[in-house]
Amino acid sequence: MRLVLLSITILCFSGLCSFFSGKNHRFANIIGAGGTVLGCLIGLAPAATVLWTGQARRFHCVWQIPFGSFSLQLDALSAFFLLMILILSAVAAIYGNTYLWDYRNRKNLGASWFFFNLLVASMALVVISHNGVLFLMAWEIMSLASFFLVTFEDENESVRRAGWIYLIATHIGTAFLFVLFILLAHQFPSLDFDNFSAFGLNGASMAGLAFVLSVIGFGTKAGFMPFHVWLPEAHPAAPSHVSAVMSGVMIKTGIYGLLRTLTFLGRPEPWWGWLLICIGIGSGILGVLFALAQHDLKRLLAYHSVENIGIITLGLGLGVLGLALNQPVLAVLGFGGGLLHVLNHALFKGLLFLGAGAVLHATGVRNIEQLGGLMRHMPWTGTLFLIGSFAICGLPPLNGFVSEFLIYVGAFMGTGLSGVSLSSIGIITGLAAIGGLAGACFTKAFGIVFLGEPRHTPALLGHEVGWGMKIPMLILALGCLSIGLLSPYMVSAMNPVIGSVTGFLHSDITVHLAVVIRPLQWITVLSCIFILILGLLTYLRRRLLSGRTTGESNTWDCGFARPTARMQYTASSYAQPITTMFGFFLQTHRKVHAPEGLFPAESGLHTHTDDVFSQRLFEPLFRRIEQLFLRLHWLQQGRVQIYVLYVAVTILALLIWNLR
Amino acid sequence: MQTLSILHPLAALILSPLLLGIINRTKAYIAGRTGQPLLQAYYDMARLFQKTPVYSRTTTWIFRAGPLVGLASAITALLVLPIGSGAAIFSFTGDLIFLIYLLGVMRFFTVVAALDTGSAFEGMGASREVQFSVLAEPALLLSLLAIGEIGELALAAGVPETLPPLSLSGIYTGLSFSAWMHSGTVLLLAASALLIILLTENSRIPVDDPTTHLELTMIHEVMVLDHSGPDFGMILYGAAIKLWIFSALLAGILIPVRTGYFLLDGVATLGGIFLLAIGIGMIESSMARLRLLRVPQLLSGAGVLAILALVLVLKG
Repeated sequence: MRLVLLSITILCFSGLCSFFSGKNHRFANIIGAGGTVLGCLIGLAPAATVLWTGQARRFHCVWQIPFGSFSLQLDALSAFFLLMILILSAVAAIYGNTYLWDYRNRKNLGASWFFFNLLVASMALVVISHNGVLFLMAWEIMSLASFFLVTFEDENESVRRAGWIYLIATHIGTAFLFVLFILLAHQFPSLDFDNFSAFGLNGASMAGLAFVLSVIGFGTKAGFMPFHVWLPEAHPAAPSHVSAVMSGVMIKTGIYGLLRTLTFLGRPEPWWGWLLICIGIGSGILGVLFALAQHDLKRLLAYHSVENIGIITLGLGLGVLGLALNQPVLAVLGFGGGLLHVLNHALFKGLLFLGAGAVLHATGVRNIEQLGGLMRHMPWTGTLFLIGSFAICGLPPLNGFVSEFLIYVGAFMGTGLSGVSLSSIGIITGLAAIGGLAGACFTKAFGIVFLGEPRHTPALLGHEVGWGMKIPMLILALGCLSIGLLSPYMVSAMNPVIGSVTGFLHSDITVHLAVVIRPLQWITVLSCIFILILGLLTYLRRRLLSGRTTGESNTWDCGFARPTARMQYTASSYAQPITTMFGFFLQTHRKVHAPEGLFPAESGLHTHTDDVFSQRLFEPLFRRIEQLFLRLHWLQQGRVQIYVLYVAVTILALLIWNLR
Repeated sequence: MQTLSILHPLAALILSPLLLGIINRTKAYIAGRTGQPLLQAYYDMARLFQKTPVYSRTTTWIFRAGPLVGLASAITALLVLPIGSGAAIFSFTGDLIFLIYLLGVMRFFTVVAALDTGSAFEGMGASREVQFSVLAEPALLLSLLAIGEIGELALAAGVPETLPPLSLSGIYTGLSFSAWMHSGTVLLLAASALLIILLTENSRIPVDDPTTHLELTMIHEVMVLDHSGPDFGMILYGAAIKLWIFSALLAGILIPVRTGYFLLDGVATLGGIFLLAIGIGMIESSMARLRLLRVPQLLSGAGVLAILALVLVLKG
């Protein structure tokens, strides 16, 4: 535990140093990134030990704040999330060190690193704090630090707007958390998590209410539809290494919070599981559909985070259902799949955001329609982005497949059980549809950005990024590959984590996990055979072609001799059949300026897909709220005396209330 | 694992191009032509392997890797595919997901290889391919699951079993003619869904037309327009194996001969596969290609059939 505290201290201290190093960009940059890496490395050791042994470590210290105590606990669940946070943050910091260098003359790098390190420290504190007050404080620091990171380029109007939306959304979510913790504090004398789990909430309706509050509160951070509206705004606005951390691990603190709350609430009701599964299917399918309709690479990735949160929620829903209906195997597979997907998503989404950052760094363009052909100039980035795309589509032999496989098998086990059948069919259909759509989305993202001919001048300027940015991506890609190929070990290693969520015994979980361990071993064997066959075929092809000189020519365009880049399929046209098919959900705006006359002069097509939820749900809602509050405008006279009067009246009223 | 299990992948590797020949001969026979030789696909492949490929200057290594990955995943998929009552070399719980996702790998690489050429035609084909796969994938999974539930019922009824549950081998061993007696409706629904998916995934009429390359409605053929030489040979081979996989899945349901003798059952299913090829030829001769906008409706229909089958089997 001391090491974790040391790690957090180093993070804060290096952040401060970086902040105060003033105009010395180089020093600020190095101390900021170096501090993160050092802090993260120190923190890794205890997290890995706890995960390995499964024995929780604690730290307790009395605190003056009412209901509060400085109490920390590192159990398997915390350690799992902590491990992920530290790894991805360290990798992103190495990347950011190079990435931010370009901004040195325009921006205060020290401030950026200060908030970055603060974000990492607060995320670590969120997952290890064992007291409600401390948790909320860390949660708030996390939200604020990330807000300042999102508004890094605050000279852009769109960035300020994104930051604003994020700030409001995250605080509305936090408001629900306050209600949740007040509800819990109402029942117990202190907000220490021990009390919650020891007593359990009396009354099913109370537990249900607490569950709904936590779904809304934590779901806002995690990006459950329809509370996801801040994600597609904030992720593109932030610098890429920050997007990677935010999308890869920060939104997962929402999942952590939800899981932690579940452990307080005692035995769940079946409808909790159904609710989570509905949210999962909704977030998953709508997330990927909106992603397909985007033209902005980072916005696309942000919507994909919503989709992956959907997959995670499907797993959690299945797990909750398994707990509620006393089907331990469903619980183990559901939670196991969901949690493993949390880790997997951190790896491949981190990789993809860093890849997108490399593209942005090299070309200065985020619009997919203007890119193309980058594979030739940026072979490393392209290949690594391909690996990330492959993993996120859930294709074997990479890691995305493993977690989806767990959830699939869990759902298969559920068909035929009363009360689970419908949910299982829902999960299976949802996962399959998400898989297909993700395939479409990432062939688009990869194919249009990296393949073909450059569509616009910026894409011509693309150049390979330096090792400072390549190595972080390489580390994450290796992570994807190794989890894919070592899946049986990885899934066994999840045992204590599943145990701390479900409360099952270690040996029981081993028995239930055995259902998937053997298949995963075979899948590993088959994956190796696949790679072997691939190698063999490559060798055969090389043998066949040795001694022959292959021809070179233009792309065959049916006899047309001078194909140009403008004749290529664009991202919009590629996605058009699917976006039209699901046009009902997407509500894409189209502005067509069709060619007219014998000698058409100018023509164009402009499509734009707004977020339906923010347009149709939140904007009208907030407008109404604004109107309501305007009615109270008369209270606001702008005279200090009147405000003092308000204060006095309020205190008087409270005193009288107390006399009662 | 049975030692004889190795026979099936071998048979598939050797015989799968024959399916293309059978389909073409059937079509020719119905149209009153002599048609190409039965072994035409083999000749084509042999010729293609001897040719020197031509590559577009736009392309990168992705374009060259596409056919290799496609063929490798098709061959790997054969290893989990059961035939008749004979278990596949590898059978494990949930291997059907692995099979479907391997075909996903094949599609992913075919599509990105097509996009690598920067040609509008191939982009168009790729776009359609992924559109249809969005609908076909859930339908395929659900129909296999429905059949799996029947297999489970049969197993629960007392068929001695050593195979893992919810594996393709387990599912297909559980099927028999008696399964058709007591849950024929479900099997029929699932088989119809599978047939539609077979036609879609293998770019057959009424979804796609494998005979021409250059019309704007083409899907699969247009994606591989730029491939040549050994690369194209591998694509042809991969497509043949894919057709074999789907045919074996469907034939295993339609002709569930389960005598207990591995060879007999295997031969019956092989016969089923070839009969199915004739059937595909007849469908292709008797139908026109659907309008492209109608294809999603056909596929949604397949999805509905699969869901119906699953609901029926879980209810009953």
